[in-house]
Amino acid sequence: MNPPGAATNPAATPLIELVGIRKSYNLGQPTEAEVLHGISFVLGRGEFTALIGPSGSGKSTLLNVIGLLEPATAGSYRIEGHEVGGLDDNGLTLRRRSALGFIFQFHHLLPAFTALENVTLPALMREGRVTPQRRDHARAVLAEVGLAKAMDKRPGELSGGMQQRVAVARALVMQPPLVLADEPTGNLDRASSDEVFALMRRMHAEFKTSFLVVTHDPRLAQRCDRVIELVDGRIERDERSA
Amino acid sequence: MLHGFGFERLVAVRFLREGRMQTLLIIVGVAAGVAVVAYISALISGLQSNTLEKTLGAQAHVTLSAQDDIVVAPAASASGAVAMAQTQPRAQRPRSIANWAALVPLLEAMPAVAAVSPMVSGAGLAQRGEATKSIALMGVDLDRYDRIVSLRSKVVDGVARLGPGEGIIGRELAADLGVRVGDRVNIVAGTIDGNVSDALRVTALVDLGVRELNRRTVIVPLRAAQSLVGLPGGATHIDLALVDVWAAPTLAADLSRRFPYEVESWQDTNAQLVSALNAQSVSTGVIRAVVMIVVVLGIASVLVVSVVQKRHEIGILRAMGATRGQILRVFLLQGAIVGAIGSVLGVLLAMVLIWAFSNFVRGSDGLPLFAITLAPGLALRIAAIATLCGVLAAVAPARRAAALDPAQAIRA
Repeated sequence: MNPPGAATNPAATPLIELVGIRKSYNLGQPTEAEVLHGISFVLGRGEFTALIGPSGSGKSTLLNVIGLLEPATAGSYRIEGHEVGGLDDNGLTLRRRSALGFIFQFHHLLPAFTALENVTLPALMREGRVTPQRRDHARAVLAEVGLAKAMDKRPGELSGGMQQRVAVARALVMQPPLVLADEPTGNLDRASSDEVFALMRRMHAEFKTSFLVVTHDPRLAQRCDRVIELVDGRIERDERSA
Repeated sequence: MLHGFGFERLVAVRFLREGRMQTLLIIVGVAAGVAVVAYISALISGLQSNTLEKTLGAQAHVTLSAQDDIVVAPAASASGAVAMAQTQPRAQRPRSIANWAALVPLLEAMPAVAAVSPMVSGAGLAQRGEATKSIALMGVDLDRYDRIVSLRSKVVDGVARLGPGEGIIGRELAADLGVRVGDRVNIVAGTIDGNVSDALRVTALVDLGVRELNRRTVIVPLRAAQSLVGLPGGATHIDLALVDVWAAPTLAADLSRRFPYEVESWQDTNAQLVSALNAQSVSTGVIRAVVMIVVVLGIASVLVVSVVQKRHEIGILRAMGATRGQILRVFLLQGAIVGAIGSVLGVLLAMVLIWAFSNFVRGSDGLPLFAITLAPGLALRIAAIATLCGVLAAVAPARRAAALDPAQAIRA
């Protein structure tokens, strides 16, 4: 069942398992198009993986399927051993909330909220209020990403690199087992890009969180523990660094 | 459990604050709508109460009187002979209600009845010096009649008293006759036995609220009227005041079923007024409904635009784990907040309008036209309805927001 070159590590506890994932758009219509053609791989806990490939290869679609933002057309997808195929929208949302954090290319912070409020939103969403402990924890994570002095600033008052660091803090604050990052440095200059990537690596080391990072940047991909390359909706390469 | 909606509250408030001008305009729109509804409700309620008070201030809620005399045509001859008959309606004369003295305690015992007052009424003339005026003569027991029309509160000069040989007359009649309190007036009434006259001393002048009534009314003791009209020991009417004025038709129908008397409610005698009041109420209702529909459409249109503008943020929130229910509630709450703030401002604005009406709008006599107030209960009801309208207006946009596909919304 494993694709060529699959490098599952039997020692790692499977965090996500994809088997034969297919994704088509405009099903049943003349314009029907299959974007993912049977993707299968396993992501273990604590892995820092790069998902690379040319534009149009299906990276973002695969990330959306893994992020439970779009359903797969066919195949099996398990998160922490739970099959998500049969879940309704509410079930998918709750699973997404508990298991996943997101970092997007354009940071996607809420402009009306301060940096601290953006980072406490996931807790507020889950628990209906932000306890002092949660707020302290959010402050600590923001301090960890180097934004101790910018907590009360709104996204519009922060630089691109700082905004992306807030996004990293927001993705990590609830300590999800997996963070999905879609071109997290794609919109930053080289210095900021290196800074944010280094931050993600540091957070990975500190929180033991798995990262799946979509990137076009071969420099960054080389610094990941594992690289999965997607070409035309199929896994072309799946390698771990030595 | 209220803290359970902390997320929805925070996001709804921030979305509204972010909308600034848009939010401000719709709140002003809701406030204007609520102010119009509250002001019109208070105005019409004040106008109707004033009209009713004036109408019912000088008349009973239900009146019992003897049935009219009816002339029955002779029966056709059994022999087959042709009989030629001409039947003419009979001239009506004052007639007493049979057994009225026994009827009064029966009526008083009814729970819907607040007061009962027998009356003898008839026509006559009031004379003083060379002045002669036609009058409506009313013989009453003062205490009982006071409970029907609050006569004592209508006294503008003197002290209401109806001892033997005393009478109370309308203000305009007193002016026409040149009479003051303490003066004597000669009253002449016609009976079938000829004219009967009586001299009475005026103890008080009254203002019954209607100029024509003030020009004709002479109130005398029941016994004096009985002898003037020629109905010794009789009563031509029994006046009833009710606990609830709107129960008059029901009680009148009930009484006319049970007793062989003519029974009229105030609605029967003021049918045009009742129609006018009903038409007014219906028109007010239509205006209020239209204003509320406009408010709902205004809120809905702003929220629909907001959903489009916030599409991206909604997508981010959904990706972060906000459920469809949470997004739905964020927008419903926005509708409720806009409705509630608009309601409070609208009620305040209505109070200002009412204050302005009471202080600056005057009748030809320089006095305020009539009192209007916004009852707290009515204000609360209008505010609650407007807030509910806000929530209802938000239903469609909220459902639209909740149904957004997060992946597409993020890409937007």
